[in-house]
Amino acid sequence: MHRRRIVIIGATSALAERCARLWLEQGPAELVLVGRDLEKTGRVAMDLRVRSPQSSVSERTVDFQDPAAIGALVASLCAAAPVDVALIAHGLLPDQSACQADLGLCREALLVNGVSPALFAEAFAGHMERAGGGTLALIGSVAGDRGRKTNYVYGAGKGLLTRYAQGLQHRLAGTGVSVVLILPGPTATPMTAHLKGKGGPPLADADAVARTMVDAIEKRRPLCYAPGKWALVMLILRHLPRCIFNRLNI
Amino acid sequence: MISSWGRLSRAEHAVRYLADRAAAPGQLRGAGPGVCFGMGRSYGDVCLNPGGALWDMSGLNRFIAFDPETGVLTCEAGVLLRDIQRLFVPRGFMVPVNPGTQLITVGGAIANDVHGKNHHRQGSFGDHVLRLRLARTDGALIDCGPEREPGLFCATVGGIGLTGAILEADIRLRRVAGPFIDAELIAFANLDEFFQLSDASEGTGATGKASAGFEHTVSWIDCVCGGGGRGIFMRGNPASATCGPLPKGGRLAVPFVPPVSLVNSLSLRLFNTLYYGLKKRAAGPSLVHYEPFFCPLDNVGHWNRIYGPRGFYQYQSVIPRENGREATQAMLGEIARSGNGSFLAVLKTFGQRQGLGMLSFPRPGVTLALDFPNKGAATARLFERLDAIVREAKGRLYLAKDARMPRTLLESGYPRLAEFLNYRDPGISSAMSRRLLGV
Repeated sequence: MHRRRIVIIGATSALAERCARLWLEQGPAELVLVGRDLEKTGRVAMDLRVRSPQSSVSERTVDFQDPAAIGALVASLCAAAPVDVALIAHGLLPDQSACQADLGLCREALLVNGVSPALFAEAFAGHMERAGGGTLALIGSVAGDRGRKTNYVYGAGKGLLTRYAQGLQHRLAGTGVSVVLILPGPTATPMTAHLKGKGGPPLADADAVARTMVDAIEKRRPLCYAPGKWALVMLILRHLPRCIFNRLNI
Repeated sequence: MISSWGRLSRAEHAVRYLADRAAAPGQLRGAGPGVCFGMGRSYGDVCLNPGGALWDMSGLNRFIAFDPETGVLTCEAGVLLRDIQRLFVPRGFMVPVNPGTQLITVGGAIANDVHGKNHHRQGSFGDHVLRLRLARTDGALIDCGPEREPGLFCATVGGIGLTGAILEADIRLRRVAGPFIDAELIAFANLDEFFQLSDASEGTGATGKASAGFEHTVSWIDCVCGGGGRGIFMRGNPASATCGPLPKGGRLAVPFVPPVSLVNSLSLRLFNTLYYGLKKRAAGPSLVHYEPFFCPLDNVGHWNRIYGPRGFYQYQSVIPRENGREATQAMLGEIARSGNGSFLAVLKTFGQRQGLGMLSFPRPGVTLALDFPNKGAATARLFERLDAIVREAKGRLYLAKDARMPRTLLESGYPRLAEFLNYRDPGISSAMSRRLLGV
């Protein structure tokens, strides 16, 4: 049986880690985990090896802001064997007001959430197009659907991915390559830990969101809100007239 | 807003998420006072720290190593018992001690030294921990176990999280043939019959010799009808069968909190009569999957909501065997007179092992556990009467379930308390520690 080859960029992110576990539950696979920190990525890999001793799990590190390094890494991963699924999962939820006060932080958030994942996506897209197949999955955010005063720096970075995925889907239509854009709502992960325990927005269960993601990747759905209710919420929010929207404290 | 399983309080906490075992000691250094929080499945205030810091351990959910030769699993403290079971039962290994819910973390299982239906054979959870790694708020990272730092280890097992944050543990899993239990239900009419059945099933009868017996025993007891003593005895052994009935996939859930408790004297009477009748008719042997056998309620999401917005208490005592029959009868009498009580009344005899933890709950004797809807002062008065019986009979209450016991009952029930206090981490404080220990 063909063992699926799955590459996860930003493998220490909570949602990516949960997706990896779900994939290994389905059966042995070949997993490549890409992170910034080798030890931290190694801890994720160790866990996955206990969960699926028959799978092959390896770790790689790269500078997530270095286009040449990204290009070289993706080329070497794709040269070894065709990649069935590439999940690009990294992100950073910055404090909005801190970004307004510090342009360095603002730039960092835009780069990590928008530019860096787009570069990975661009690199994979070329190799997958030449190989004639593969699924490229990107994690955007509902925050990217419409800018809001409480988190538009994050939202703008994630929104970049929405446009990028649309463009790739247009370019790759009719080829064997699928581009899946996943837009999670607020989810209980380390990234949102400061929202818990405070009566903030209800956070979705990370496992349930990961299940939705894995299912969308399986079915090669071009767009997937997770949990699904966000499709409706964002449909309304996107179309809310500005005169009303601007009065909302969200 | 954070609550524990009893839903007696809802309070803001400053939640800090520990998700990386290498970074955790640094996050905890000087961070207190706070306390670790796993799944929030303890009933009272052991896992709460209203207005203060709470260290959410659920992100520390990675496995680290498994040795199929010895069955020793190394994992982070936030791993759920359910996840261990689902991964390892197909490989022929099982968690050695299964409490009534699998939806708890390894760290919580150690800190509350949880027990299961096989206490008379396997002791409690701490008996199967070979090593644990404890992060103290002074920055120390200490590995301890039965041989290494045994004092700190025995303080931490059952130590309700007050000796440090458990980051990882080595646990010895048990070999099993498959996921099934050869189970048997037997109706009993009174407590004498219950004790006879227990002795016969656990191999601790008059002869004192271990007989073939049963690995698992537990009873449901009818606390309102039938004179407060009838019930259903359940016993079982790991089955050699590798195929049998799988648990039903469908998961029920209580969708919202009803405005009043659905548990009242009428619903209790109705439920208990029906349940006893149905189970009595179903008496006899059957093959059961371990999930419904160990954790029948895990399939009902948010079942704690049925007690309404005021929440509920669980009262779990253990009484030394020599006083067990009289004290249990007396408690059941008080409960029946009060008209309170629950669907979930559980009676079980513990084996001869003393818990290894300084504050471990299990000890030789008989344990009774009941839920009570929170009715304010009326419930408090009932508990005072039950406390008096427990104190008189030289028993103790289970800290993992408690939200209200008086300090004197802690002191009389836990003779190693003073020894335990030497091992406390001064940077850790919980609602329970302030209530029962002052700090």
